[in-house]
Amino acid sequence: MKRRSLFLNTSAGLGFLFLYAPIIALIVYSFNASKLVTVWGGWSLKWYVELFNNEQIIDAALLSFEIAFITATLAVVLGTMAGFVLSRFGPFRGKMILSGWISAPLVMPEVITGLSLLLLFVAMESAFGWPAGRGTGTIIIAHTTFCMAYVAVIVQARLSSMDESLEEAAMDLGAKPSSLFFLVTLPLISPAIISGWLLSFTLSLDDLVIASFVSGPGNSTLPMVIFSKVRLGVTPEVNALATLMILVVALGVIGAMYQMRRQARLLAQPDN
Amino acid sequence: MTSPQHIDPSQISEQATIKVPNWKSDAKPFVQIENITKKFDDFTAVDNISLDIYKNELFCLLGGSGSGKSTLLRMLAGFEAPTSGRILIDGVDMAGIQPWNRPVNMMFQSYALFPHLTVAENVAFGLKREGVRGAEVKKRVAEMLDLVQLGHLGKRKPNQLSGGQRQRVALARSLIKRPKLLLLDEPLGALDKKLREETQFELINIQDELGVTFVVVTHDQEEAMTLASRIGVMNHGVIVQTDEPQDVYEYPNSRFVAEFIGSVNLFEGQVTVDEPDTVCVTSPEAGAELCVNHGISCAPNQDVHVAVRPEKIRVTENRPDQKYNCVQGTILDIAYMGSLSVFKVKLASGKEVRVTQPNTNRESGGRFTWDDNVYLSWDMDSCVVLTS
Repeated sequence: MKRRSLFLNTSAGLGFLFLYAPIIALIVYSFNASKLVTVWGGWSLKWYVELFNNEQIIDAALLSFEIAFITATLAVVLGTMAGFVLSRFGPFRGKMILSGWISAPLVMPEVITGLSLLLLFVAMESAFGWPAGRGTGTIIIAHTTFCMAYVAVIVQARLSSMDESLEEAAMDLGAKPSSLFFLVTLPLISPAIISGWLLSFTLSLDDLVIASFVSGPGNSTLPMVIFSKVRLGVTPEVNALATLMILVVALGVIGAMYQMRRQARLLAQPDN
Repeated sequence: MTSPQHIDPSQISEQATIKVPNWKSDAKPFVQIENITKKFDDFTAVDNISLDIYKNELFCLLGGSGSGKSTLLRMLAGFEAPTSGRILIDGVDMAGIQPWNRPVNMMFQSYALFPHLTVAENVAFGLKREGVRGAEVKKRVAEMLDLVQLGHLGKRKPNQLSGGQRQRVALARSLIKRPKLLLLDEPLGALDKKLREETQFELINIQDELGVTFVVVTHDQEEAMTLASRIGVMNHGVIVQTDEPQDVYEYPNSRFVAEFIGSVNLFEGQVTVDEPDTVCVTSPEAGAELCVNHGISCAPNQDVHVAVRPEKIRVTENRPDQKYNCVQGTILDIAYMGSLSVFKVKLASGKEVRVTQPNTNRESGGRFTWDDNVYLSWDMDSCVVLTS
């Protein structure tokens, strides 16, 4: 193997340090026995114990998980449909505009997404009484809108890299379009769908800005609770909570990446 | 919706005894392509083609890329609808019949094996869609895998197979429904040379054994020559010539066909003698009178081309004793290819002629050398006159 130069090694080291030093510090301090955040007082798990006794945090965590789960599921269904249309509808008038519209939420500032959804919900409530007030339901709708954009993009990319003659072969062998989708297309893009689900789950779990706009009283998600606690001062308890969240998010992202690699292998044309 | 009429298993053994394609008989054509045209926007991919294919034939559509051969195949499979004209398979008009209802199966160029299914599941796919279940599926899949000599690999996934094995899985999968007509899109294109040669003969054996009518699309003239009972040469959406492989090679009907299949030397000239069994052409390019022992329909002084294949030309040191078909030149280039040597000979007119000579003994490769003055000659029945 080629030896890498000192310059390359140093650059890589500094880059990763820049990215991960804050996170490592946070994780280390979550095991701090001291009551003061900035003073090291030896190793301890007491903040984790305290965390699990804090009902407010546990409730918020459960709510966040519930929202993330429903959001990811809805986003996968809608996003797969959108991705399918984009890659399989053939050229149609306005395809460029439609695909632009679908990926727009990816780059839209969250503040604007949140604000516009809030305005929509308020307007709809006064127009025909639904949604009555804001809460879990409105957060799920808001999260689904931006998560489905991610799923659509992933699924579309996978579908367009898939050999179309696979579907033709299935038809040729007697599969009608309806069964064709479940017998061939869906199994082949399932890793993309799973990775889309995991990404949506973590995105929804992470989101603070949009959720703050569209949630109602008594419906604080975990990031909202953390944010409000931090404003009163960082406690070691929050460090412990953040560490656990990093763990969940990391698992989600690693799972998504693993699924995408599985997908690449599945669709790769093996060589002779 | 008409249900696909697949071949009855009892019929297969009966047909297996018919080794010689019977298309020469006055039997009713099995596939009738009538004035088929396919346009994509302004581009005409297939231009008013009419073609009859007979039962048990192995018909090859040969053409370069963009000649419309794949489009014609896809219309037979039902993936494209003709802009005009109609296709009848076994007397049934295929208009409006969807791919999943046609008595036709296709082997794709990319093989299109389902990567998430095992070899056996891939082969069973078509049967299961027909509603065949359980032991019957197992039995027929095993039979089919044995036919393509892959009985031991049923549990593998496609990406664990070599190119040749995948090709045979694709073949087994497309034959399991016992289609009346099998379409093959560049069946050997993805295989290396040695494997191609083996597979070509296997394909012919399987076709003989099952008595299925094959339509093969290929751009490879060698593949077409060895496989086909008849070849249809396509160019710009039109079938230029339909004949048996030997006739396509020996009696091309146009310069396009002569040049597309094999290599050929063309001499431009004017008709001087036009008799029922002899045509003579004076060719300034050749610097000689060229004669052919077959008649053509042409006018005196008409501009024509005389085509001679490189392997039909003799190279001699001294002028041979013949009045016609003898030209003089100097050797420009020699390529020793082992079994044969290729000579490039430059004539006085500047025209370069390609000649191949078999190396019948170890010394024959060194008979001539660069700049040697040689005579090239051929027989009257070795060349053809082309009017188009």
